[in-house]
Amino acid sequence: MSKKYQTPLLDELKNGKWPSFVNEIEKAAEKSEMTEDLLGQVEQSYNEKAGHWKHGGMVGVKGYGSGIVGRFSDLPEKYPGVKEFHTIRINQPSGFFYTSDILRKIVDIGEKHASGLFNFHGSTGDIQILGAKTSELETIFQQCVAHGFDLGGSGSALRTPSCCVGMARCAKANYDTMHICYNITQAFQDEMHRPIFNYKFKFKFSGCGNDCTASIARADMSVIGTWKDNIRIDQDMVKEYAKKMNLHKYVLSKCPTKCMSYDENGLKIDDSNCTKCMHCINVMPKALRPGIKGGATILLGSKAPMVSGPRLSMVLVPFYDVAEDAKNDYQWFRDLIEKIWEFWDEYGVSRERIGELIQRVGIGNFIEAIGLEPLPEMVSSPRGNPFVLYEEYVEADEGQGESV
Amino acid sequence: MTDETKTQLEEAIVNLIKEFTNKKRFKPGDIVKEMEAKFSAKGVTKDDVKAAIRDLADSGRLIYGYAGGSFLSLPE
Repeated sequence: MSKKYQTPLLDELKNGKWPSFVNEIEKAAEKSEMTEDLLGQVEQSYNEKAGHWKHGGMVGVKGYGSGIVGRFSDLPEKYPGVKEFHTIRINQPSGFFYTSDILRKIVDIGEKHASGLFNFHGSTGDIQILGAKTSELETIFQQCVAHGFDLGGSGSALRTPSCCVGMARCAKANYDTMHICYNITQAFQDEMHRPIFNYKFKFKFSGCGNDCTASIARADMSVIGTWKDNIRIDQDMVKEYAKKMNLHKYVLSKCPTKCMSYDENGLKIDDSNCTKCMHCINVMPKALRPGIKGGATILLGSKAPMVSGPRLSMVLVPFYDVAEDAKNDYQWFRDLIEKIWEFWDEYGVSRERIGELIQRVGIGNFIEAIGLEPLPEMVSSPRGNPFVLYEEYVEADEGQGESV
Repeated sequence: MTDETKTQLEEAIVNLIKEFTNKKRFKPGDIVKEMEAKFSAKGVTKDDVKAAIRDLADSGRLIYGYAGGSFLSLPE
């Protein structure tokens, strides 16, 4: 098949061992004229070192304010196929579990009514059907709904919550990430599909400190698994590891708080000094396991570098007993979320993320407003200085004429 | 909230957006605050305004747009 556009720069990106996005676009272009135009526009972008997309506008499906990301070419006369090239976000199942049958059905919809290109998955977690024209949006939406799928979030709304595979496939999960993710997704459909916030709000649920969803950097609310009791140790397996590797070099010396020791009597851990960094468990998974009393730490406020620079989430609730709250349909967690949103709604300004608002008004004012007690564990990083101001201490010290 | 108040609320939302067409983009949150204040004497809550916006969007009388943030608009 002859190429509609010569793409020498894109062709360079087909070299090497790794799968190339250019190969995939070219395969899709064999079936889709609009995707051929995509190749032409992307080649021009590489030539000019400038993008040629505009986004936003009045695109969507009836009743929804989310789930469709409008995308338009700023060179529509030259590349008419990508004049409208919208992205449709489809809410993924918790943990990204699919049958091959349902995947075929979804990709058939994308091939027939859009460019035939997909993102599995977008950074929020959604399946993204790429390159739909405005006239096809309602059809694609209805066909996805017929297969049990709904749109995800976009715009100033709750973005599609996502989670790691959790207890479905991972021995390190400290709570059921998939269950809470599904529950919260169902509970806040209105907030996801009908934008009402100052800006976006993201949840990500990770079952342990390895944080496979990278929630600490990418979610306004990061829920990261941890445990309250001691790391479980199989001393026989520790000895087996010690025969194969230098435990002092690869495990003990890497412990951030140096809370471990190893000698002929076995491995000892001072759990009161453990920060649950997961390193020792990752290196010796057959010998060490998280404790039995699992739960999660709730953190708040991370975001990408937009208005005021990147932020990581800070600890808001040091230990959340997820399993206990699950018995009550996560009511405590939902109440906490709603208090946070209420504060954000009242005091936030347009395009201000919750982390930026907390930075602006102060953590003390924020936690007082949402009804949490200040705790020394509310830190920005493990062993970081607590930055809660204890007013009663200030008053007592002022009374004694001491500086604070 | 009575049916009559609900109808008045929905009309007030549509009229507000109509009045400011091409002048101002209303975020849903702005409308909630404005209507909550306007109809407070009739016991209208935030949730009532949100429900009214939802009904207006479902019926197609209002549509959502995006330009750096989400806003509500009349259908073109």
